[in-house]
Amino acid sequence: MNNLKLTGYRRQNGRVGVRNHVMIIPVDDISNAAAEGVASLIRGTYALTHPYGRLQFGDDLDLTFNTLIGAGRNPNVAAAIVIGIEPRWADKIANAIAETGKPVASFSIERYGDLKTIEMAAHKAKEFVQYATELQREPIELGELWVSAKCGESDTTLGLASLPAMGRVLERMTAAGSTAIFGETTEVTGAEDKIANQCINDQVRADFMKVFQDYQDFVIGTGANLMGSQPTRGNIRGGLTTIEEKALGNVEKMGRNDVVSVLQPAEEPKGPGLHFMDTSSAAAEMVTLCAAAGSVLHFFATGQGNIIGNPLIPVMKMSANPLTVSTMAEHIDVDLTAMLKLEMSVDQAADKVMEMMARNVNGRLTAAEALRHEEFVLTKLYRSA
Amino acid sequence: MAHGALMHDSVDDVAVVIHDVTSGDDIKVVTLQGEEFGTVKAVQDIPLGHKIALRDMAEGKEVIKYGRAIGRATQDIAQGAHVHTHNVVSIRWETSIDE
Repeated sequence: MNNLKLTGYRRQNGRVGVRNHVMIIPVDDISNAAAEGVASLIRGTYALTHPYGRLQFGDDLDLTFNTLIGAGRNPNVAAAIVIGIEPRWADKIANAIAETGKPVASFSIERYGDLKTIEMAAHKAKEFVQYATELQREPIELGELWVSAKCGESDTTLGLASLPAMGRVLERMTAAGSTAIFGETTEVTGAEDKIANQCINDQVRADFMKVFQDYQDFVIGTGANLMGSQPTRGNIRGGLTTIEEKALGNVEKMGRNDVVSVLQPAEEPKGPGLHFMDTSSAAAEMVTLCAAAGSVLHFFATGQGNIIGNPLIPVMKMSANPLTVSTMAEHIDVDLTAMLKLEMSVDQAADKVMEMMARNVNGRLTAAEALRHEEFVLTKLYRSA
Repeated sequence: MAHGALMHDSVDDVAVVIHDVTSGDDIKVVTLQGEEFGTVKAVQDIPLGHKIALRDMAEGKEVIKYGRAIGRATQDIAQGAHVHTHNVVSIRWETSIDE
């Protein structure tokens, strides 16, 4: 598998992207209209709209900042324009993106109004698009890719087939020097010991058990319980009975990798290897946090047919459920149904996934990209002030 | 006969059927490594991806899959029966949805 020919865009900070977006990033909900205005005027730009950014505070505000900053820093982004209602927060986000060395500009709406702001930002966006479209792909190494992994609309076929295949892929990638992220803090309930056992040292193990237990305590503290949410109705329809069963499948995606660190939501990994990020299991939230942390491609295994995508990173779907692969074929990039018939080994499945990964890295649109699945979803920790 | 169900671990109490099963069907069960466990007669219809009981289980028994408890039987379960939320609950979260 070391003969995969891979190409990407090498950014000013040395990181490698597999897409070449010019992103228009609103700081807050009320700046979405201006961002969309710019994106509608200038070909090749994308408005990364979202519903938050006003009167958040504390950890919740920090997470919104870190997600928007991370989105702009992502190596799949060639250049970024930040638009906020006032200049201080817009500049804060733009300055953190600018640390990567990529072109960034910041605009604010107060004292100009939407229309003047759109005019000014559109001039800069045109300049950025012309810059980005002249950038060339160049050969890259497998180990330069940062990837992330999650499953969704899970069923029993994940633990049997697609996640062991994904685990094998992640073993090969980390061996080549790649950085990989997985997470889903509640969804590993009942298999958390398996993650703890693969943590590389006692400190990482303690970090993992802390974020795991903190979320269990949070749920208990609300007086609610997760029954009815975990497993989901879709999981149950697919044959998963309990959270333990779901979790034992979920953790197969680790493969035999060491878990080298525990990341806060949206935190950039500090080195290669497989990292656990403290995330929700909601697909769009999780993938958005991985993109903000610097993942450039996401491996997504599905059983019953989760259709999620992301505007920053290609989300690549694999499934071994024959009903899903036949009825939802347009959403599936890699068909692993032969694994259930034992006609395809885990290594053969990993080969197939990596071949499709190479095609997607090199520019093939994933199913989710072609279908315009662009779910950029911020994780909200608590009510705004 | 091609296999109709897969088990993760040779000690498991349940296997996952890989196609829709009709009551009365004989289901050949193999491990993921292709080792034959035996043949079990389905006593209920079982949809693709759902679990079939490989042995009789008494109410209260831990149900083993992946070589580990995935839940507890809430009623006696016969060999060949459909094993799901109607007869197994989570141990960890104490209750499951009964659809």
